[in-house]
Amino acid sequence: MREMPRSALSFQESQPARPLGLLAWLHIDLPLLTGLLLLAFLGLAVLYSAGDQQMVLLNKQMIRLGVGFAAMILIAQLHPQHLRRWSPWIYLLGILMLMAVILVGEQGKGAQRWLDLGIVRFQPSEMFKLSLPMVIAWFLADHRLPPQLSRLLAAGLLTLLPVLLIAKQPDLGTAILVGAAGAIALFLAGISWYLIAAVGLSLAALGPAAWYLMHEYQRQRVLTFLNPESDPLGTGYHIIQSKIAIGSGGVGGKGWLNGTQSHLEFLPERHTDFIFAVISEEFGLVGVLALLCLYFFIILRGLYIASQAQDTFSRILAGALSLVFFVYLFVNTGMVTGLLPVVGVPLPLISYGGTSLVTILISFGILMSIHTHRKLLPT
Amino acid sequence: MPQSSIKDHLYESQLFLSRAIVSGILVILVLLLLAGRMFYLQVAGHDHFTTLSKDNRVKLQPLPPTRGLIYDRNGLILAQNLPAYSLEITPERTPDVDATIQALRQIITITDEHVQRFHQLRTQHRRFDSIPLRVRLQDDEVARLSVNRHRFPGVDVKATLLRDYPQAMQTAHLLGYVGRINERELDIIDISNYSGTSYIGKNGVENSYESLLHGQVGLQQVEVNAKGRVLRVLENHSPKPGDNLHLFLDIDLQRIALEAMGEFNGAVAAIEIKSGGVLALVSKPGYNPNLFVEGLSTEAYAALKNSIDKPLFNRAIRGQYPPGSTVKPFIGLAGLEYGVVGYHQETYCPGYYQLPGKEHKYRDWKKWGHAEVHMEKAIVESCDVYYYELARTLGIDRLHEFLRGFGFGQPTGVDLAGELGGLLPSREWKRERRREPWYPGETLIVGIGQGYFLSTPLQLAAATATLANQGHHIRPRVVSLIEKADGSTQQSPKIIDDLKQLEPIHWTQIIDAMTQVIEGLRGTARSIRSDNYRIAGKTGTTQVFSIKQDEEYDEETVAKRKRDHALFIAFAPVEDPQIAVAVVVENGGHGGSVAAPIARKIMDRFLLKDDT
Repeated sequence: MREMPRSALSFQESQPARPLGLLAWLHIDLPLLTGLLLLAFLGLAVLYSAGDQQMVLLNKQMIRLGVGFAAMILIAQLHPQHLRRWSPWIYLLGILMLMAVILVGEQGKGAQRWLDLGIVRFQPSEMFKLSLPMVIAWFLADHRLPPQLSRLLAAGLLTLLPVLLIAKQPDLGTAILVGAAGAIALFLAGISWYLIAAVGLSLAALGPAAWYLMHEYQRQRVLTFLNPESDPLGTGYHIIQSKIAIGSGGVGGKGWLNGTQSHLEFLPERHTDFIFAVISEEFGLVGVLALLCLYFFIILRGLYIASQAQDTFSRILAGALSLVFFVYLFVNTGMVTGLLPVVGVPLPLISYGGTSLVTILISFGILMSIHTHRKLLPT
Repeated sequence: MPQSSIKDHLYESQLFLSRAIVSGILVILVLLLLAGRMFYLQVAGHDHFTTLSKDNRVKLQPLPPTRGLIYDRNGLILAQNLPAYSLEITPERTPDVDATIQALRQIITITDEHVQRFHQLRTQHRRFDSIPLRVRLQDDEVARLSVNRHRFPGVDVKATLLRDYPQAMQTAHLLGYVGRINERELDIIDISNYSGTSYIGKNGVENSYESLLHGQVGLQQVEVNAKGRVLRVLENHSPKPGDNLHLFLDIDLQRIALEAMGEFNGAVAAIEIKSGGVLALVSKPGYNPNLFVEGLSTEAYAALKNSIDKPLFNRAIRGQYPPGSTVKPFIGLAGLEYGVVGYHQETYCPGYYQLPGKEHKYRDWKKWGHAEVHMEKAIVESCDVYYYELARTLGIDRLHEFLRGFGFGQPTGVDLAGELGGLLPSREWKRERRREPWYPGETLIVGIGQGYFLSTPLQLAAATATLANQGHHIRPRVVSLIEKADGSTQQSPKIIDDLKQLEPIHWTQIIDAMTQVIEGLRGTARSIRSDNYRIAGKTGTTQVFSIKQDEEYDEETVAKRKRDHALFIAFAPVEDPQIAVAVVVENGGHGGSVAAPIARKIMDRFLLKDDT
């Protein structure tokens, strides 16, 4: 970067090509912001219906959204180089906190995930969805790409450590998302296709071993996934009811506030993980396709931002964060529609709940930071 | 970046771009897969799922567990669940709620308070929730309602189990009560375990043992009709009832203590010395906890809350009173132990005390003084001057350290929520809280248990028990036995935190002196001497400053509320201590004449099983 041609600098000084105004000054990317706001408002409308029109739920969610968007804008102000410099330290801090959770964390519903920091209860596993792609991008961007095998192995270890710690809590949903985040960052860094194939094959071979290591309730979920009807009163009940809600929605849906399955309380967890079923029931195929388009637009914008990024760190990070967002979407909708097992992953920006909402919005803050802090070069 | 060059950057950028394009294609493929799945479910499977949704009859319903019972030490029931009928309205199914309530008023008694409470609950519930209008219906009311039921859509008479406290007033503060779950509590509890439960322990034992008393929710698979009404139960996973609790409490002692207090307000704590078990824990005035189960109207609650007698305030564990002369035995023990005074060593008491070089006179309660005083006489006659001198010699640091060992200045750790720790002043405390240095005069005042020094009645009883036990400290506890639904039982833990070893003779000397308080000719509590067993005790009388000048009361009330608090601590029998008692009578006057007889009655009952 040091030997940038002088002409480039003078060009920048003489001709500001960037759009001026409040949005530019706040380092906000308008297309992304529009998409996210649309999703958030849609989410509130659906939550109003899914939460049985309780204003309490809605108010809490609005506060969370407010906090999330504020965090996003705040992060967008940071130069990506700062993020890059902090990456290893954030990662290290996260690992320490994960260990603290295992030692002193608070129990909640059979799993230990929370760290009580006095004012807020905090889920350290959540921050790895951000800090893992960051640390891998930081680690690999330092050297020539595609990475050598030794560096790849080290990056693999960087991924595996938090994934195992999170899986131990046990929090399968987050472990999968964090693992995916690491894998995606490695993929974007350009590891060879042969290696990808080899890892894929060995993972398939490790399936039986994973089965052995799983907790009883996790095995149960896989079993009921393969055959939901086997346990209609327990875990299978979720999937069966969710499919009924979706299927009965049809093409046009039953209309907002009119979903019978959700309102007669057949559908459990309808305002959290299974909110996609409520959307499908009330807005039908048309509504769902529109929603998927909106998500697709946001992901596409993220990938575009990644492709426009000017250094390897930003590129890998932006790409990975956009694709992690997509993994969120797929794991949740796949679960609700019965394509994937039931793993506790929320529908991004729509499900009721705080921690993941803020993480996702922060990741878009990083994308905006990467996009709006570019140096303008002559084209 | 040694190997970075323009060429590399270009290559890396292209490499990334190709990977991004591959990812984009993957994203599109997966989204298409999802869209296909949606098409399969919503278009191809639409008819099938619509049929299923129409006769979606199988629903999971929570079965709330039965709350655990609470017994006293003799197996007498203190908290139970009584079947009761309640009248509930589901707003969504009721065309005109107000008109319905008016019509219902023609049939059964519904007061404005009930209506107001109903509207209050309505704002906190969903419109298809069933909301109680009246609880505890009489049998004839139930009959009249069922005859007229067809007239009122959305109105149901429901049979529920309602928490009931047969001893009402007598156990109010100790047991606490259950009430409807509020919004703040919703954030704390495990919602799925509380689905179907609308009550939660709010105070006292009901609150501290909530997780045990509540139990585990059960589930039933039911067949319902299109309106959600249950037709048939298909499968049943029974709930696990809450644990029963057996307390150390003796309800007789509780009743006797309350009666003995007469017209006065105050608190009594009695502890079984061998176990640390709380035998009695009274705070007067009390209130009727059963009213809280039904739900109080805002006015009724405000009346209780704002009453000048503060009936909702648990004086026994939250009332912080200056301990007054009741701390003298502990300070005397400190003097002996630190070797600053001998048991028989005499001091002259002229009726006042002066710090060297200071004019200010610290008065004794006896204007003309006690003349020559040694430790026994100082405890028996409660000489203040002796303790001014002793406190000064010991100094605040040693006083603080020694008294802390007896549990002053910190919560006893009893298994009740909301206990306060009193205040044992120290140099650090004063520097931190008041930003002032410690003055020597303040040490003198601590020596007679006044000034900043505050303690709760339970703390006093626990300290007395530790004294009777010669330093063997057992943490006070209310629950003795936890009885699980399967019949297995579990003792509550006995937590021991002994004082460091003191000279045995010092214990005996102090206990001798305390015995003379009752048995000596000039003892301040000689009126409660018993022929059946020997008592050791100490009286206390503390001034009340708390009256505010701008409050308007009639003269008689003011005079009454300015009167001194009467205190008494005691244990018995002296030879083999069984029970320790602390009594605080607000505005009772003198400790020996007012507080001591209350303690005597409790000890009589416990030690002699005397029915009078």
